[in-house]
Amino acid sequence: MLLASILRTVARLVNDRRLRSPIETGPSVTTSVLTHVSRCSTGHSVHIVFLSYIVKMRPLTDEETKTMFEKLSKYIGENIKLLVDRPDGTYCFRLHNDRVYYMSEKILKLATNFSRDKLVSVGTCFGKFTKTTKFRMHITALDFLAPYAKFKVWVKPGTEQSFLYGNHVLKSGLGRITENTMQYQGVVVYSMADVPLGFGVAAKTTQECRRVDPMSIVVFHQADVGEFIRNEDTLT
Amino acid sequence: MGRKLDPTNQVKRGPGKKARKQKGAETELAKFITDEETGPKRLSSRARKRAVKRVHNLKKPKEVAAEKAKKGFTDENSKWLTPAKRKRKADEAESEDDSDDLWEKEEEEVEEEQQQLKKGGKEQVKKAAKSGVKQVEEEDDDDDEEEEEEDGDNDEDDDDDEEMVDDYGTLEDGSGNEAAAAEEDDSDAEELLPIERAAKKEKKLKETMGLESDEDDEEDDDDDDDDVEKSDDDIEEEDTVQTNIDEMDAFRLPGAEESEKEGVLPLDLKTIHQRIKDNIEVLCNFSTKREEGKERAEYISLLKKDLSTYYSYNNFLIEKLIDIFPLSELVDFLEANEIQRPVTIRTNTLKTRRRDLAQALINRGVNLDPLGKWSKVGLVIYDSSVPVGATPEYLAGHYMLQGASSFLPVMALSPQEGELLLDMSSAPGGKTTYIAQLMRNTGVIVANDANADRLKSVVGNIHRLGVTNTVVCNYDGRQFPKVMGGFDRVLLDAPCSGTGVIAKDPAVKTSKDEADIQRAAHLQKEMILSAIDSVNAESPSGGYLVYCTCSIMVEENEWVVDYALKKRNVKLVPTGLDFGKEGFTRFKERRFHPSLRLSRRFYPHSHNMDGFFVAKLKKFSNVVPTAPAEKKEENSEASEMTEVTESPQKNPSKTVKTSKTVPGKASGSKGKAQANGTSGKEKANIKSKGKKDSPAGPKKAKVAKMDGETVKGPEAKKPTVKTTPSKADKKEGGRFEKKQNKKIKSPMKAKNRMGKNKFKKLKVILQKEGGDIE
Repeated sequence: MLLASILRTVARLVNDRRLRSPIETGPSVTTSVLTHVSRCSTGHSVHIVFLSYIVKMRPLTDEETKTMFEKLSKYIGENIKLLVDRPDGTYCFRLHNDRVYYMSEKILKLATNFSRDKLVSVGTCFGKFTKTTKFRMHITALDFLAPYAKFKVWVKPGTEQSFLYGNHVLKSGLGRITENTMQYQGVVVYSMADVPLGFGVAAKTTQECRRVDPMSIVVFHQADVGEFIRNEDTLT
Repeated sequence: MGRKLDPTNQVKRGPGKKARKQKGAETELAKFITDEETGPKRLSSRARKRAVKRVHNLKKPKEVAAEKAKKGFTDENSKWLTPAKRKRKADEAESEDDSDDLWEKEEEEVEEEQQQLKKGGKEQVKKAAKSGVKQVEEEDDDDDEEEEEEDGDNDEDDDDDEEMVDDYGTLEDGSGNEAAAAEEDDSDAEELLPIERAAKKEKKLKETMGLESDEDDEEDDDDDDDDVEKSDDDIEEEDTVQTNIDEMDAFRLPGAEESEKEGVLPLDLKTIHQRIKDNIEVLCNFSTKREEGKERAEYISLLKKDLSTYYSYNNFLIEKLIDIFPLSELVDFLEANEIQRPVTIRTNTLKTRRRDLAQALINRGVNLDPLGKWSKVGLVIYDSSVPVGATPEYLAGHYMLQGASSFLPVMALSPQEGELLLDMSSAPGGKTTYIAQLMRNTGVIVANDANADRLKSVVGNIHRLGVTNTVVCNYDGRQFPKVMGGFDRVLLDAPCSGTGVIAKDPAVKTSKDEADIQRAAHLQKEMILSAIDSVNAESPSGGYLVYCTCSIMVEENEWVVDYALKKRNVKLVPTGLDFGKEGFTRFKERRFHPSLRLSRRFYPHSHNMDGFFVAKLKKFSNVVPTAPAEKKEENSEASEMTEVTESPQKNPSKTVKTSKTVPGKASGSKGKAQANGTSGKEKANIKSKGKKDSPAGPKKAKVAKMDGETVKGPEAKKPTVKTTPSKADKKEGGRFEKKQNKKIKSPMKAKNRMGKNKFKKLKVILQKEGGDIE
């Protein structure tokens, strides 16, 4: 009885995300010792010491998954299931060092061999969870967004460079835009040669884009491939 | 008119209306006209004359030859001495500068002679030339001129002759002769004068010859001498030119004073460069060009000094390079290191094709070409108006900037789809991504690097190029087997001294010394062993390891591979690269395994890519031959390598040995080791002897008992093994009993003794053992 209640408490605590992410005390030691006191159903106070010593990468919790899929669906809509169920195997998302990695299950099995502090990256990184549990998508996800993108924006050759430097897209640089784009819809930005350059958020609906003056912003920049050079360090 | 006699007219054959039509004129005529009839054609007058001339010319040279024989020198030198035009111009020649005229005349004569020689028939042709000249004279001259000639002005003749010679080279002798003949023929009808003229002329010439015979002779002699002199002069001139060169080159080693001076004054780089070239020339033909009394070593030391000054290397590196390269290549190598290799890129076939990429880049203003026949994904960039590393195509991951030499190890590795691969030193990720694109994103690649900062570039490149099957980790390569093993293929691009990429990093020239090389070599040896241990020899499609470095030092390349061959169950296999120099199988005092020639070396000066070394190894057994704790590992390794086939059986025995539960078995295996390693016998014996000593004290009785078992055990287990091992066991057992207390009493001596008196001892021991067992 006591044991069961203790287990339940532990389970509750494990679900608490705050406790799950360990505090990194230093570059080499990634232990986190957390003590949590709670009362179990039998009334005994339970001091639970969490010692997450070498936590391997873990699957996403439901909340995390929800947050991430929301973000993804802004760009690719319901095609998310195409990401998970692929003809060449099942793919999954895993969290490691606050970053979400997308990998096939084969790689997952192998990656468990590596200790957490030595593992740097697995498969493709989609983005990271910030300290306030928001999901920020990285440019590295572009390869998976681009084929399934629902709303696309094509940019004129002259504006390519500007976008690649991190600037927003102005009306003057807009080449094409998918019909029925809603405002604040996630869009993937392409060059006129259909080379994906990055993604962003539509600032105006398609109708408005036609009407508005050339100097106004039509696409808010969120990520572009120029970041591979500019922000190489932040990729890992 | 008839039908056209057109030989190109194709006659139609076969059934059909057209074929049945009348055929072309040629075929029609051919029915009537036979060959005989077509023999002598009806000729025009001119043609007739020409024909006659032709016939005449065949005879004339002989006549002329006869005449010439009289005219020419009757002595033995007639063959090569030409009755010179000089003779005619002797007066003038003497008055003028001899040399110039002589030169010119000689040249003319030489030309003529050469041309005549080409025509064949020296004498005849020479004389034909003369006659032709004369006849040409006759032809061209009008009567007036003839009269002038008849006046017998030698000079004019000479002039004419010369003119003739000038204008009509011997190439036109034939034509000249023909013309002469023609005109003679022409004149035949009119006057016989041409012939008469010729006869007169010759008479006159003979007279003049006779008159001036002395002079002529003298002149001839002079001419001869001049000829000779001229040729001598020629030769002398050439010689002088040569000697001048030699003197200029006559490379003298600077004396001590000069060296001191040089040390003080800054030397002109040009003079050093020239000195280097001269020095190398001398060294290449040392026996002929050396200075008396100077040793080769002096030349070489001067060369080293100059090279290090000119190219800014430290002495250590220059010495190493002189050891590796022959002198002729050394300067090429050093020069190649001064300039950058061309920029090359690799198409990312996961996202684009080479053709499309080339087109896109050309549109941006990049001047490029395919890399070579050996690569389907490489492009070389000659120049570009945009930064190649920042084009939208680069950012989109369509290509990667990569040195041409870095393609090679991955091509040698040839990864297959669905395999499990390890790249032990993967930063900055060029080779990893190339492997991934060859595998089409299937299978799994583990990209490892010991340096966490550089791993960021690996991650960046992987994501940029769209590689999805990679795990990136940060282990020390030497610890890797503990983390994970069983890879199908492993690529080890070992950290090295970088002597092959001096063009990229000139600091290597001065910063590397012996300690650096040794440190790098040590690290590489450890890493290659770890890499080998990570490979799964039983992998269905693989079991390969590619070891490569961007260095040209033998210590880091062949030596490391040779070490791996000795230490592990691997063998070298062909790399699959059909170009590149073979690796060394011997170098200075070291001798490597002969299969080292399957490895490949690449140099900047011969292949226009960074210096590189690639070796492909195949692991044929997962068992690790354990190295004994003795110092003389290398010797015992030789014997242990031969244990390969028996290793599975040995291993349990060896592990058991350590636990000392069955020391007898261990001794048996050791005995076998002893016997098998015939080459390393003595030393193997030392090893086994030393090890046997461990259970010496307390367990000697047990061992004595076990000896009997060991004799049976090994024999039973390994019937294929010869009886000598068992005898060896018995031997050892016997000795062991005898020399219980003497643990390590000069084991060498003991082994030597055993070697010499083996047979006798065997007999003795056998008898003893036989007695014991029974």
